[in-house]
Amino acid sequence: MFESYLDIAIKAIFIENMALAFFLGMCSFIAVSRKVETAIGLGSAVIFVLTVTVPINNLVYAYLLKPGALAWLSPSLAEQDLTFLGFLTYIGTIAAIVQIVEMVLDRFFPALYTALGVFLPLIAVNCAILGASLFMVERNYNLGESLVYGFGSGTGWALAIVALAGIRERLRYNHIPAGLRGLGITFLLTGLMAMGFMAFAGIQL
Amino acid sequence: MANPAREALIDPLFNNNPIAFQVLGICSALAVTTKMDTAVVMSIAVIAVLTASNFFVSLIRNQIPTNIRIIVQLTIIASLVIVTDQVLKAYVFEISKQLSVFVGLIITNCIIMGRAEAFAMQNPPVVSIVDGIGNGLGYALILLLTAAIREIFGSGNFFGIPVLPLASEGGWYIPNGLLVLSPGAFFIIGFFIWILRTWKPDQVEAE
Repeated sequence: MFESYLDIAIKAIFIENMALAFFLGMCSFIAVSRKVETAIGLGSAVIFVLTVTVPINNLVYAYLLKPGALAWLSPSLAEQDLTFLGFLTYIGTIAAIVQIVEMVLDRFFPALYTALGVFLPLIAVNCAILGASLFMVERNYNLGESLVYGFGSGTGWALAIVALAGIRERLRYNHIPAGLRGLGITFLLTGLMAMGFMAFAGIQL
Repeated sequence: MANPAREALIDPLFNNNPIAFQVLGICSALAVTTKMDTAVVMSIAVIAVLTASNFFVSLIRNQIPTNIRIIVQLTIIASLVIVTDQVLKAYVFEISKQLSVFVGLIITNCIIMGRAEAFAMQNPPVVSIVDGIGNGLGYALILLLTAAIREIFGSGNFFGIPVLPLASEGGWYIPNGLLVLSPGAFFIIGFFIWILRTWKPDQVEAE
C-alpha cells in the first residue's frame, strides 16, 4: 500500500516529469524562469494548487461524472454517464479552487499570500494543472493515489523550473548568438535538461 | 476592410508566430509532434477551436462584464473543446486515443485564451475569425514542420509510410531515436526559433 504510493510519487517527480517528459505548463515554464526567486514562488504555488485540485477533481469524477456515479443520488440515475462534461467541470473546479485558495491565503496567511499572490491567477490556466487532473482520470487513480500524484507531479514541475532558472541566471554572463537569445537558448537548455531526466527512465520500481 | 483582414491572416505566420514569437501554446506543440497524423489532427482541432472561440467571444464582447471575462471565455472555450473531443472520438478514434489528454489541454492552450483576450475582445467578429484562422495556421505551421522532421528522421516514416528504408529492415537509414523522445522536440523548436530570428532580426531579444 505504502509502496504503491511511493511508486506513484517517484514516478511523477522524476520519471514522468510534467514539464520535461509531457511538456505541460511550458508557457509559464519558459516565461517565469528568469530568476530563481520567482521560479521558487511559482513552483510552490503549483505544488500547492495541484495537491488540492487533483484529489478534489477525483471526488468530482467519482461521485458526479463517472458512468453510474450518480447512483448515490437516486437509483434512477444509475445509468447516467456524464464523462463528456469532464473538461468543463475540471476547469471550473480548478478556477474556483484557485479563487478560494487566493482568498483564504489573503485572509489567514498574508505572508504566504504576498509570496504566491501574483502567481495564483496565472496558475488557473496553466496546462500542468488541468493535465494532472486529466491524467488522474485516464489512469483511474483513487483518492489517496490522486493526492500523492498531485503532490508528486507538482514537486517534479517545481524542481524543473527552479533548476532551469538557476541555469538561466548563470547564462546572463555569457555571449549568446543573437538569434538564440532569450527564447531559443531556453529551449535548447530545456532539451538538455530533458535528456538528463531521461536517465531516470530506466529505474524499475 | 480587406487590408486589416489580410494582415490578421498573414502576420501570425512568420512575423508574429504564436509559438516562435509570442511563446504561446508550446505544451501541445511539443507533445503531439512525434508523428504526422496526430500533428495534422491536432492542428485542425486547434484551428477550429481558435476560430470558433474568437468568433463567439467577439460576438458577445460588448455584453461580457470585464471582471468575469476570463470565466466567460473559459466556458466558451471549454464547451468548444468538448464538442471537438466528441467529434474526434466519433470519427478518428485511434488518433484521439493517441492524443490522450492533449485534446482536453486545448482549453488551457494559451494561444486560444491569448487571442480571445488580446484580439477578439476588441475587434468585430469577421476580423476575429480571420485572426483565429491566421494564428491557427501559424501554430499549425510550426507543428507540422516539427512533426515532419521528427517522423522522417526519427522513425523513417512520413504519415506512417516508409520514406527512408530503415537499417533494421534491410535499408540504409539508421533512425535517430533521440528525435522521437522529448529532448528532440525541444531542440527542434529551439533551432526553428534560431532560424526564424536570423531571418527576421527584429525579433531578436535584447541581451
